[in-house]
Amino acid sequence: MSDAAAPIREARAFEGFARRGGLVLALLTAIALVALFAGARFGMMLAVGLGFGIALEGLRFGFAGPWRAMILRREPAGILAQLLSIGIVSSVAIPLLAAHPGELTGAQAPVGWAMIGGAFVFGAAMQVVLGCGSGSLVNAGSGNPVGLLALPFFAIGSFAGAYHLIWWTDLGSLPIATLSGWQGLFVTWAALLLTGALLLRLGRPDARRIPRRLVIAAILLAALAIANLLIAGQPWGVVYGLGLWAAKGFTALGGDLSGSAFWSAPGTGRILQGSILTDYTSLTNIGLIAGAFVTAAWRNGGLSQKLPSYPIGAWLAVIIAGFLLGYSSRLAFGCNVGAFFSGISTGSLHGWVWFVAAFAGAFLGVRLRPMLGLEARQ
Amino acid sequence: MTRKFTASLAIAFLATLILFDQATAKLNPYQAPPAFAFGSGLASAGGFCGALPQ
Repeated sequence: MSDAAAPIREARAFEGFARRGGLVLALLTAIALVALFAGARFGMMLAVGLGFGIALEGLRFGFAGPWRAMILRREPAGILAQLLSIGIVSSVAIPLLAAHPGELTGAQAPVGWAMIGGAFVFGAAMQVVLGCGSGSLVNAGSGNPVGLLALPFFAIGSFAGAYHLIWWTDLGSLPIATLSGWQGLFVTWAALLLTGALLLRLGRPDARRIPRRLVIAAILLAALAIANLLIAGQPWGVVYGLGLWAAKGFTALGGDLSGSAFWSAPGTGRILQGSILTDYTSLTNIGLIAGAFVTAAWRNGGLSQKLPSYPIGAWLAVIIAGFLLGYSSRLAFGCNVGAFFSGISTGSLHGWVWFVAAFAGAFLGVRLRPMLGLEARQ
Repeated sequence: MTRKFTASLAIAFLATLILFDQATAKLNPYQAPPAFAFGSGLASAGGFCGALPQ
């Protein structure tokens, strides 16, 4: 029996094979070039970043969406997957940090007024654009116009927040508190279990099961975050790299950073003069965008979705929220990645405080989003 | 207009960023640190969002 559609199917299969082969080749070439011209460590960090992007986009794992699902629909599965991933990382990271101080550093930062306020604003802004630190990068890479528009303002906000950081921290901060060693690990596990139990109690009974894809994503993210720590000597972060990109642009335009205690510090100045291909958070950020792009392009019809139409006010809201995401995350010593994910998994108390403050802000954000024209009002 | 356009803009942004970076800073693989920080014996020195200015 003849099949008239067979040649068309074969042509499509070949086109898909060529497209996917080209994407894999491009990724491997990029990793090899960075390893060759910058060094093996930096090539591996780009590979880790690409892994983050592919895992987050490919398995639809996020931070802002699950928080929204819990607030609006009492669906805890997504946040439980986040806690699972954090728990896995903490099991390796906290003992390693205790055994290798100096060589490995955690995401430790002080709790303070600006830190709490920053986390609250970040939680609200991430619900407005439905994208967090990692989510904005992944969204941009997969062609989401909201993520793409928010990204440059996120970077500018991160630069500005760092510029003013010392003024904000001078408003009042506690000494850095860290849960370290085996005792710290057990306390972290207990706190994660208690949080999980609370979410299960508050969640809808029929929405408690974590889908398999989120469990797989949680394990993959944990493995990549541990690799990040072992290769770079520091945990996974996002906002520092974005601020660095804006700072480089600022100085290239003739801007003077001597008025900022942060950007004029010797350590920061050294990083500012170097290439972004030797900056860990820049490399993982590039990997997040490129990994999400490759994953979306890999899917048949993955980039054929029509762009949404929003009123002009909504786009202005995205610009403002993007700036606030960057600015607030610097005051909060990290975003959902640097403070929440990496902070808690490396034993920093500020990660837990960040979680509570940002979640409170998320309640405001889910109410602001329809008011700003980014979704239909209920 | 589809996401193909906006995703292409994101990749164009990355390409521009890297070209700009390479025009303003040079790479030297001979000064690269060991492949893994873990076990290297060297202090971690990268920038991080949780760190205060050093």
